[in-house]
Amino acid sequence: MQYLLSGITTGSIYAIVAIGFNIIYNTTGIINFAQGEFLMLGGMISISLCSVMPLPLAIALAVAVTAAVGYCIELLFVRWIHNPTVLRMVVMTIGISILIREIALHVWDEKVRSLPYFTGNEVTSVSILGARISPQILWVLGTCALIVVLLNLFYGRTLLGKAMRACSANRMAASLCGINAGRMVTVSFMLSAAIGALAGCVISPMTQTQYDCGTSLAIKGFTAAIFGGLGSSSGAVIAGLLIGVIEAVSISVLPLAYKDAVTLTLLLLILVVRPSGLFGSREAGALKEF
Amino acid sequence: MLRIRNLESGYGSLRVLKGISLHVNSGEIVTIIGANGAGKTTLLETIAGVVAASSGEILFDGRDLVTLSPERIVAAGCSLVPEGRQVFAPMTVRENLVLGAYIRSGREGKAAVAEDIDAIHRHFPILKERDGQLAGTLSGGEQQMLAIGRALMARPRLIMLDEPSMGLAPIIVRGIFEIIGRLRAEGNTILLVEQNAMASLGIADRGYVMETGQIVLEGTARELMENHDVQRAYLGKEYRSIGEGRG
Ligand SMILES: Nc1ncnc2c1ncn2[C@@H]1O[C@H](COP(=O)(O)OP(=O)(O)OP(=O)(O)O)[C@@H](O)[C@H]1O
Ligand SMILES: [Mg+2]
Repeated sequence: MQYLLSGITTGSIYAIVAIGFNIIYNTTGIINFAQGEFLMLGGMISISLCSVMPLPLAIALAVAVTAAVGYCIELLFVRWIHNPTVLRMVVMTIGISILIREIALHVWDEKVRSLPYFTGNEVTSVSILGARISPQILWVLGTCALIVVLLNLFYGRTLLGKAMRACSANRMAASLCGINAGRMVTVSFMLSAAIGALAGCVISPMTQTQYDCGTSLAIKGFTAAIFGGLGSSSGAVIAGLLIGVIEAVSISVLPLAYKDAVTLTLLLLILVVRPSGLFGSREAGALKEF
Repeated sequence: MLRIRNLESGYGSLRVLKGISLHVNSGEIVTIIGANGAGKTTLLETIAGVVAASSGEILFDGRDLVTLSPERIVAAGCSLVPEGRQVFAPMTVRENLVLGAYIRSGREGKAAVAEDIDAIHRHFPILKERDGQLAGTLSGGEQQMLAIGRALMARPRLIMLDEPSMGLAPIIVRGIFEIIGRLRAEGNTILLVEQNAMASLGIADRGYVMETGQIVLEGTARELMENHDVQRAYLGKEYRSIGEGRG
């Protein structure tokens, strides 16, 4: 039970990172390898701010600032690539992620930091179904669930959300409807940055935040996104949770050091055996350039 | 309403339109016919701003569209129903229509959009039945109706249709042309590109014949229908005798 719960917790983080990948993938068809850096930034900024203001305000500001960073990335880099081949975008977003990491290293040095626990402290625990867990786990799970629900409402009910879906379905038809496709790309970068930052805040008390913590999160999230079928939100959630649980189980049978190896093996296996993912259709998988 | 002068455009180094001039008056149906690859789609997409013009002007109610983005051109009142329908396949029929009204939604609110959807349903009752169905699962004829309905949702003053009969059974084609006639009766102005020259000249007021990026012939629909070259090339009528044709 304990393993399962911790698996679900890390899994839900991966799910959020995967959703961040999907938001940008759906409007632009590119994978933003700087997604993990959004989590790091969210965590770092809120840690710095929370010494001078109450925690909720610090988190809100961190989310806003990271969304602004997402906006700048789109404005300064993505917009100027006129012939966005997959390779170019991959190289560019990896470049951006390195840039952000280096800047973070200068601003926050190498020290490992963390936000205070939202409720109680590291020894507080609540018991659920016989397992004793930290209340922070509930925060993480709750936030993930909230993000998924709100995103579904956004895409399903609001005109802006529908316009973003229209852009990913058929970009030319969308602009013939008067939708500014470029602006939708900007919104998708801001949205995935904001979601990443929020996730970065809620996990910080448990996983700690360091200037380079985004990379491993990005790899796990990427695995979940591919596993669930690129572009599919529900697929990302299920795949994220599955990977979390697989990792948790692997810790109980293999040495801890193999944890990441298990995920990477999984990623390679999926890419070889079923690149369209668990839930993506084969046809769609064949069309994708990944 | 629409006046195009010496329009040139193409793809990269490929010149497709080589100096097109034409005009459309308010309330008219004007048709452009021409063989595959003549550049008809390119012309409409250049007017709609999807393809960039390299020279010439496109005056729409006196305003030059050449430098505007597709979004601004739609907002100016000029909508294109693209070749191959291009509906938003993973979205419902209703969502497609709602998105058609995207440029108006901010100003006019949900009630006005819902009213217009009702009006579209009166034109195309089948779309009402399919309201919650995914657009990608509609039949070709239904998708064409949806594409036209979606363009109408923007309340355009000029509607451009690119081969609405493509790939449809004759009976469905007749239905589509009936709708085009009704749209004109309601005061719409229509620029119609068609391979089906018989049907489109039958409904149009005037027409242009396009060949390899140039207008080679223009006139009233009647004149074009009676023109021997047009008859031979586009209406599939053989000369009754060589002598008569030359004479
Ligand atoms: N996206 C594109 N890139 C490069 N060349 C193109 C592109 N689209 C069309 N062309 C070329 O431009 C020319 C005109 O094509 P266009 O689609 O405008 O013809 P059309 O008259 O609409 O033909 P059809 O009746 O088959 O629809 C063709 O030679 C075509 O190969
Ligand atoms: Mg064409």
